[in-house]
Amino acid sequence: MTDPNLSFLQVENLARVYPSPTGGGDVTVFDHVNFRIHKGEFVCVTGHSGCGKSTILNILAGLDTASAGNVFMDGREVSGPSLDRGVIFQGHALMPWLTVLENVSFAVKSRWMNWDKHKVRDHAMRYIELVGLKGAEQKKPSQLSGGMKQRVGIARAFSIEPKMLLMDEPFGALDALTRGVIQDELLKICAETQQTVFMITHDVDEAILLSDRIMLMSNGPHARIAEIINNTLPRPRERSAIHREPHYYPIRNHMVDFLVSRSKQFGALRDAADAPSSPAVFDPVDLIESESTVFSALPSGKPHIHLVNA
Amino acid sequence: MKTRLSLGQQSALLSLALFGVILLIWQLATLPEAHTVAADVDPEYAALMGGGAAKSASSFPTPVEMGATLWEKLSDPFYDNGPNDKGIGIQLAYSIARVLAGFFLAAAVAIPLGFLIGSSRVFYDALDPYVQVLKPISPLAWMPLALYTIKDASMSSIFVIFICSLWPMLINTAHGVANVRKDWLDVSRTLEVNPLRKAFRVILPAAAPTILTGMRISMGIAWLVIVAAEMLVGGTGIGYFVWNEWNNLSITNVLFAILMIGVVGMALDSVFGVLSKRVAYQE
Ligand SMILES: Nc1ncnc2c1ncn2[C@@H]1O[C@H](COP(=O)(O)OP(=O)(O)OP(=O)(O)O)[C@@H](O)[C@H]1O
Ligand SMILES: [Mg+2]
Repeated sequence: MTDPNLSFLQVENLARVYPSPTGGGDVTVFDHVNFRIHKGEFVCVTGHSGCGKSTILNILAGLDTASAGNVFMDGREVSGPSLDRGVIFQGHALMPWLTVLENVSFAVKSRWMNWDKHKVRDHAMRYIELVGLKGAEQKKPSQLSGGMKQRVGIARAFSIEPKMLLMDEPFGALDALTRGVIQDELLKICAETQQTVFMITHDVDEAILLSDRIMLMSNGPHARIAEIINNTLPRPRERSAIHREPHYYPIRNHMVDFLVSRSKQFGALRDAADAPSSPAVFDPVDLIESESTVFSALPSGKPHIHLVNA
Repeated sequence: MKTRLSLGQQSALLSLALFGVILLIWQLATLPEAHTVAADVDPEYAALMGGGAAKSASSFPTPVEMGATLWEKLSDPFYDNGPNDKGIGIQLAYSIARVLAGFFLAAAVAIPLGFLIGSSRVFYDALDPYVQVLKPISPLAWMPLALYTIKDASMSSIFVIFICSLWPMLINTAHGVANVRKDWLDVSRTLEVNPLRKAFRVILPAAAPTILTGMRISMGIAWLVIVAAEMLVGGTGIGYFVWNEWNNLSITNVLFAILMIGVVGMALDSVFGVLSKRVAYQE
C-alpha cells in the first residue's frame, strides 16, 4: 500500500464544544481526538451514549464543523459534505415519496449528472440487486420492513461509489436475525469493493465481526478515543464460527471491560500529568497475556490504562 | 330476510333518509296557512307588516316549486338577457374566473415567498411582523383601497381574493419548507445536490402536503369571500346574483343561488382533495 505515514483519513486534535444549555460555561463534548484510517480499512467506534460518536461522524461527513482540529482525507482538508464520503444514516433517511429505485437513482444521478436514464437505472439496479432487493424496486419505503429500508440506504450509499463510507449505527433499529443477515451482506460487499468504512456501533460482536480496528471512546464531557484494538481475526469471517477464534474472547472481554469500567475512569485520568495524548493501542496477542492482569487490576481501583499504556 | 349492508351503503341510506326528513319539514313549513298566521300574530303587527308579511311567506317556495326552479334554471344555464338577467352558469363562471385569477396570482407570490421565508431564519424573522399584522385583516376591508387605486370593480374583487388567499398559502409553505426533515436535507447535502434540484426534488415534494393544505384553505376562504365581494361591488357574479334576487324579493332564486354556491364550493374543495392524495406520502 501507500506510505503508512500518509493515511487515507487523518483526524487531528478534533474537538467539539457546545454552548451550555443552562447558560454557564461551554460544554466540551470531546477533545484531543486523534486517529487515522487507511484505505480499505474497516473501523468501528464504540462508546457510551452521548460521548460524541455521531458528532465525530457528522464532522467527517462535513455535515457538522469541529470547534478545533482538522480532518484530512486523501491529503485534502474536509470542509463540507462531498460525494467522496457516502453516509448511511441511522434513521435510513429514505425519501418516502420516491420508490426504492428512485431513491437510489436520485443518488446515482447526483453523482453522474450527465448519465442518461438507462445508465442511471442500470447502475441503481445493480446495487439494489447487490443488497438483495430485486423485485422490490418499485415499492415505496413505507411498504418495506425496517431491514429492507436499511438495505436501500446501504445500496444508495454504495451506488455513488464513494471513497469512504460513514455509518451511524446502521443496524441499531433491527432485530437480531435481520441484523445478522445484513451484516453478512455488508461483509461480502465490503470484501468485494475494498471499501473504506467508519462505522459507529453499540454492538460489541458486530464490531468484532466487521472491523479491522475498533476504537473505544471514553465518556464525555472531554471524551477521547481512549483505546484502539487491532482486530486481527482472520478473514473471511463467519458469524457462526468467529467465536471459536482464539483471539475472539480476549478482544470481546477487553471491550466489555472498557465499556463497563474503564470508560468512566478515563475521565479522571484525563487531567493527570501522564494522561495519554494518543490512544493506547492493543493487539489481541497482548490481550491474551494481559487478560489476567486486567481482572486482577480492577478491584484495586488502579486504572488499567497505566499498565498497558502503549 | 336479513341482508348485511356495507358501511358505505348504510351511510348512503341514512343520507337519503335525512334528505327525506328535510324535504318533509320544508313541505310542512311552507304549507299555505294564512289563517293560523292571522290567529297567532298580534293584529296590529299584522297590519303594520301589511301585505309584506303575507307576500314573503307565500314567496318562500315549497320543495316542489324549488325543484321546478332548479330544473328550469339548470336546463338553460348560459342565457344572457342583459345585465340583470343572466343564466346561473354565466354568473358562476364570472365568480369562478375571479377566484381562480386571484388564487393563482396569490399562489405565484406566496409559494416562492414561502420557500424563501421557510428556508431562511433571517427572512422569516424579518417578514413575520408584516404577516402577523396583515393576516388578521378582513379581506373586504381592502375593498375601498382597491377600488380607489385600481378603479375597476372586477379587478378589485380579484385583488381581494388575492389578498385573502395569500396568507394561508404563505404560512403553510413557509411552515412546510422549514420543517422538511433534516435527514433528507443531509442526504442531499452529502450527495452535493445543487440548490435548484434540491428545491424541486427534495424540499418541494417533502413540503407538498403542507403547501397543498394551505392552498385548500385559501381556496375555501376565496370562495367565501368572492360572494361578499361581489355583493359589494355588483355587476356580475354569483354574489351579485344573490343580492339582485334579494332586491327582487325572489327567495326561490336566492335559495337556488345558495345551493349552487355550496355545490361549486364543494367541487373546488374536492379538486384539492384529489391533489392532496396525489402528493401525500407515508413515512
Ligand atoms: N445541538 C446540540 N447542542 C448542545 N449539545 C449537543 C448538541 N448536539 C449534541 N449535543 C451533545 O453532544 C453530545 C454528543 O452527542 P452525539 O449525538 O454525538 O452522541 P453519541 O455518542 O452519538 O450518542 P449515541 O450513542 O446516543 O448516539 C451529547 O452529550 C449531546 O448532549
Ligand atoms: Mg449517535
